Amino acid sequence: MIVEQISVFLENKPGSLEHATRVLKENNINIRTLSIAETVDFGILRLIVNDVDKTNNVLKEAGFRVSKTTVVAVEVPDQPGGLHSIMEVLNKENINVEYLYAFVEKSGQNAVIIFRFDNPEKAIEILLAHKFTVVPGKQLYEL
Amino acid sequence: MIYNEEFETLPREALKALQLKRLQQTLQRAYHTIGYYKRSLSATGVSPQDVISLDNLRNLPFTTREDVRKNYPFGLFSVPMSNIVRLHATTGTSGRSSVFSYTRRDIDTWTELNVRSLVAAGVTKNDIVHNAFSYGLLPVGLGVHYGTEKIGASVIPMSDGNTKRQITLLQDFGPTVLCSTPSYALHLAHEGESQGVNMKTLQLRVGIFGGELWSDATRDAIEDAFSIRALNIFGISEIMEPGIACECLEGRHGMHIFEDHFLVETINPQTGEVLPEGDEGELVFTSLTKEAFPLIRYRSGDISRLITEPCRCGRTHVRMERVLKRCDDMLTIRGINIFPGQIEAILQEIEGVSTDYQLIIDKADALDTVELHVEVGEKYFAEAGGVKELQAIEKRIVKDMKDYLSIPPRVKLVAPQTLAQKKAKVIDKRII
Repeated sequence: MIVEQISVFLENKPGSLEHATRVLKENNINIRTLSIAETVDFGILRLIVNDVDKTNNVLKEAGFRVSKTTVVAVEVPDQPGGLHSIMEVLNKENINVEYLYAFVEKSGQNAVIIFRFDNPEKAIEILLAHKFTVVPGKQLYEL
Repeated sequence: MIYNEEFETLPREALKALQLKRLQQTLQRAYHTIGYYKRSLSATGVSPQDVISLDNLRNLPFTTREDVRKNYPFGLFSVPMSNIVRLHATTGTSGRSSVFSYTRRDIDTWTELNVRSLVAAGVTKNDIVHNAFSYGLLPVGLGVHYGTEKIGASVIPMSDGNTKRQITLLQDFGPTVLCSTPSYALHLAHEGESQGVNMKTLQLRVGIFGGELWSDATRDAIEDAFSIRALNIFGISEIMEPGIACECLEGRHGMHIFEDHFLVETINPQTGEVLPEGDEGELVFTSLTKEAFPLIRYRSGDISRLITEPCRCGRTHVRMERVLKRCDDMLTIRGINIFPGQIEAILQEIEGVSTDYQLIIDKADALDTVELHVEVGEKYFAEAGGVKELQAIEKRIVKDMKDYLSIPPRVKLVAPQTLAQKKAKVIDKRII
């Protein structure tokens, strides 16, 4: 049920994000969703892509520092309270969220929220027990 | 004013005779008590009794900073620890710093040479000395401290840092003498002015500055900022710092080297050949009276020129021009000497970064700023590619640099391509 996210180290200087997106374009990689974590000195580009291994390899070859991170994708109705319904459960179960980002599916009906947990397996178990829709990686990559 | 009239104005001939006698004693002692010197002298086929004139000195091997480090920590000590009353050391990780020691008599010598420097700057027992040289494992602050107390002047042991407090005490205690690195003096001036303090109307009369390379332009700026005379002093941690040379009040014509305690030569740093007095070259010092940690032909790395013309002050000791450059890769940052190899040694111990780095040194508000660019390791990032992990690395680098070198840099993690493109490991943007 887990999703693999690609994390790319980006130096905080002009052109480093452009370089990464250029490599993706040249290798015909499609980005499903992304977010950037930034600090004063560096950023980490987080990507959900259609081909995880290929992305990992081409970015590495281009000289980037790359890692694969395990995240969890949860689908909720795109309406007020959608995210909160998940947070309420996580809070009650004492599950810590390291970070999250989200996107709206093409149909416009649902939103997909990408979570990074300390313990993804346990989080998935709890989310499923509460009848949330956890989107498997394979399905997400091909959206 | 001259503190030790007898020795500081000794006629050159008598001085040379004294130097030869003390050199012979130093060589005998080093040869018989320090294994390193026995081996290095034997290897060149010279024994101490072969040295019958000062010219014979050039047949002896040099001692380098690397030699000192190879004998870390106590390998070059000439006396047992029971005779040593003090240990000092430069910054650096184990085996990458120089350790030096003093007997009680060495401390007395060091004190006297600091007294000479202070008296040459006109300091008397009526003065209050604001000593902003660093106190601690590095020797500078304590040297000035002892000298001041010996004169009977009042010393304020400020050390460096706590700038606001320093400005308060400069106003409230009314010190007449300021001792610090030149850059810290300028920083004090800037900070004081920004707090609305008129630094020209403080009680300060004279300042004694050293510990880093500085130019006469900086001297002008300091003299103007505080409305004082600014004098230069010189020392080398391994030999004596401060306490090798000082300026007198006669003007900006070089620092008198205390030749009754140190022999100085000028060499071509590439070939090691001894140059005629007055030529520009690397200064090489031999200690003549140190007991615990004698050094023979110690290569300073400092490029300077000796001035042999007599000085109007009456001292007969040769003068050295201010040091404006070095012939090795030593960097002086905030008065602390560091070497690029020391940074590499620190990075080597930190998981997650490569030992490729770039150090960028600049100045902000007269103080040195240090930025260290370090490359994120591939394997480390692949396994732990998170913000938290990278920030932990940054913190670790800052802490280790602070702990081992006393220089906490601003760390910037960079992508690997960035450093590969850059050739210079050190970019020094400072204007001295």
